[in-house]
Amino acid sequence: MSKKSSPPAEIANGYAQLAADVLARAKTCGATEADIVVADGETFSVQVRVGAVDRLTKAREKRFGLRVFIGKRSATTSTSDFSQDSLERLVADTCTLAKAVVEDDVSGLPDAAQMATDLPSLDLYDGTVLDTETQIDWAKRGESAAFAADSRVTNSEGAEFDSSSGRVVLANSHGFVGSYKSSNFSLSVSPIATDTGTGAMQRDAWYEVQRKFARLAAAESIGQEAARRAVRRLGARKVATKRVPVVFDQETAGSLLANLCSAVSGYGLYKRASFLLDKLGQTMASDLITVHDDGRIVGGLGSRPFDGEGLATRKNTIVERGVLKSYLLDTYSGRKLGLPSTGNASRSVGESPSVGPTNFYLVPGIKSPQEIIASVKDGLYVTELIGFGINMVTGDYSRGASGFWIENGELAYPVEEITIAGNLKQMFKDIEVVGSDLVFRGRIASPTLKISEMMVAGN
Amino acid sequence: MSELVQLTTFGVTELEAQHALDRLKVRDVDYADLYFESRTSESVSMEEGIVKRAAKSISQGVGVRATSGEKTGFAYSDELTKKDLEIAADTARYIANSPKGDVPVPVPTQRRPTRDLYPMERAKAEVATADRVALLNEIDAEARRYDPRIKNVMASFNTEYKLVAVATSDGTLVSDVQPLSRLQITCIAEDHDNRQVGSFGGGGRVAFEFYREGDRHLGYAREAAREAILNLSAVDAPAGVMPVVLAGGWPGILLHEAIGHGLEADFNRKKTSAFSSLIGKRVASEVCTIVDDGTLPFRRGSLNMDDEGTPTSCTTLIEKGILRRYITDKLNARLMGIPLTGNGRRENYQSVVLPRMTNTFMLAGESDPQDIIRSVKTGLYAVSFGGGQVDITNGKFVFSASEAYLIEDGQITKPVKGATLIGNGPEILTKVSMVGHDLKLDNGIGTCGKDGQSVPVGVGLPTIKIEEITVGGTRG
Repeated sequence: MSKKSSPPAEIANGYAQLAADVLARAKTCGATEADIVVADGETFSVQVRVGAVDRLTKAREKRFGLRVFIGKRSATTSTSDFSQDSLERLVADTCTLAKAVVEDDVSGLPDAAQMATDLPSLDLYDGTVLDTETQIDWAKRGESAAFAADSRVTNSEGAEFDSSSGRVVLANSHGFVGSYKSSNFSLSVSPIATDTGTGAMQRDAWYEVQRKFARLAAAESIGQEAARRAVRRLGARKVATKRVPVVFDQETAGSLLANLCSAVSGYGLYKRASFLLDKLGQTMASDLITVHDDGRIVGGLGSRPFDGEGLATRKNTIVERGVLKSYLLDTYSGRKLGLPSTGNASRSVGESPSVGPTNFYLVPGIKSPQEIIASVKDGLYVTELIGFGINMVTGDYSRGASGFWIENGELAYPVEEITIAGNLKQMFKDIEVVGSDLVFRGRIASPTLKISEMMVAGN
Repeated sequence: MSELVQLTTFGVTELEAQHALDRLKVRDVDYADLYFESRTSESVSMEEGIVKRAAKSISQGVGVRATSGEKTGFAYSDELTKKDLEIAADTARYIANSPKGDVPVPVPTQRRPTRDLYPMERAKAEVATADRVALLNEIDAEARRYDPRIKNVMASFNTEYKLVAVATSDGTLVSDVQPLSRLQITCIAEDHDNRQVGSFGGGGRVAFEFYREGDRHLGYAREAAREAILNLSAVDAPAGVMPVVLAGGWPGILLHEAIGHGLEADFNRKKTSAFSSLIGKRVASEVCTIVDDGTLPFRRGSLNMDDEGTPTSCTTLIEKGILRRYITDKLNARLMGIPLTGNGRRENYQSVVLPRMTNTFMLAGESDPQDIIRSVKTGLYAVSFGGGQVDITNGKFVFSASEAYLIEDGQITKPVKGATLIGNGPEILTKVSMVGHDLKLDNGIGTCGKDGQSVPVGVGLPTIKIEEITVGGTRG
């Protein structure tokens, strides 16, 4: 038996009873195990464009999700209607669905003994209530800073300020009840710059997301950075097809790390659909590469006290000096692979768990981005990638890119309408330099990276 | 005809809707609407030879909107009481300069769309789980029978049944029943250390029988298996500029990315699209005529009415190479003074309306597809694609081939590994030199993302030849 942690007061007077009722009802319908997820929250969003409010959105929402097991069969359902009638129907529907699918040997809740008992707050919630005018003002200041930064900023896709807060409650038939609140505050600015000669336009954006309102950078600095990024793209051209070193900035390096994150997900692995199949314990990257997934960073954008199945989150080392040390697993994918869960169950209300990162990051090195660029004689600095040209089964990689051509260690001119191609298996091994500039802008973060050689296709 | 969805379905009376519209339509509000939605989605999925997962989700709510000039105020709620409607209305009308001076709203008259492109009895939309499980089991067996090197089959069958009603401040109350389903199959092939993937799928606003007609589901399974096996022998894709022949059907994603998004009215009103101010100008070669048609029966991208209650239509975007029309929703049509095309769409009641594509395709030309391939000395023949993406502002777009072949001396030769193709939207169609007589629409798998909202869409294309485009392979 697990030690039951006493639920926090706020859920004791709200959803805990609802959860208990639904779990009890599921048992009367034949369920042997069950869990529920309740999520509710409020969102506010304002978009400002060329100095005026373009769109204002406000809402409250809530959702109830149920998963039942009847022996080794399971089904999942969800609804936004919390009335007793609706929930009774939901329980009956779920049990009927579960009886219709096939038995799956490894299905089931985690063992009762594995449930999280220590649930730190992690400082994910900020109760600051902002009035509508303040939020409009943030967006306006962000956008006007972009216009003021450079006369070539002539238009705008707008600036958006978002604030949201919500609560997640998870309860299961082992007696686990956990809950946490979180909030997000973000500003993004998307200016458009026009080339005075050709009239050609370039858009770019800059943004910041924080759990706490007070930690958000000044609206002006976000707008100015957005403007700098849009203007520097003006006059971009194609380049000749050739094989060269490629430097990925923080944002695009983060996308490579996201690819790694997918490749180590237990679901892709047991389905034999990952290029990192059977690579545990082997060297899969350059020895400069160490990657952690840490669910307990205080105030982290990917932090949470427990995962989507009620297991404690933790810090896992995924890659250590190039050697693949751990996959990201939940209970189901772990059992399929004969490994314990790593506490990475990710749960959308109404779906069975999958695997997701918490704060997934590459440990920084010592070289600044400037030093890395300076080390390239003839090559590409990538600042944006588009498209979906990544085959997770084979690692084949081919994406649209834009950025800057590097000549003799300096950014010479902007480039666009090119692709970069290779294979992720080789690309991770070919990482020559890891930058010192790690910054979390989301759940996945990487410093600047340099890959020794990739195929750039252009003219 | 589809059933008339009464507002009481959503637990709301017409009087309450009228009251909310009255509250929304203050003096400075040009237009307001209420979008009621009730959606039931179900899915079953299989892998490793067993149907492991079944899921069902129910959501219901209302989206409340007021527009004033260029401004939109929007609120949504999953509670549909009179009080919740009032709160949402007060939030939405906040954007009006002065929330005073009520303007009476005409009493709406309930009607249904004049067309019924996807008639389906409600009973037919509900399929026993056992039947869906059987369908997936047959698919698994068929794919494995195709070739013993098929080591895993992942298949999923999703259905959605959506009731919508739109009440607007211009006095209409119109409703629709929108069924949608999709079957998707992915196969993993293994030959020693070589592992490859192949995918295929299809669907539309169709009933369950569609998948069993002529064993269509087994055909999908064989296609997914064939692509995976074929890729086992694929060679590295070439890199650089070359002629590319696109096969008919799903490769029409080219049109969706290269020009479709750039012709959505919101970007053009804001002058942030590479196509802004190109109406009446040449943006494609003379052999290209491209339409967006929401009126095709049973298609995934079709709708009887858009999400503002406007009947969908067939809009000619490009006529013999000349740009004719943008696609519009009410807000952008009004602000730009251009025709309303019935393209105002939203993912659900929680999302705002945006101008979106329906089914976008190029009309058939006169060339023989065989002649098109024979005309290429060295190039690429691309048959199937994964996703694509576009930067609206500079016009650069990509789309990634998942099944492609080399063309050598006018003959299709070796299969090549997937590669991304990249081009410039306003330019690429001027390089289309031949258009086949074999127009094909895709099988009904497309989902388009914009501003974080996903909506089902269709594409179509005859075989075409693009004189030059950059292919992002690894072989120089």
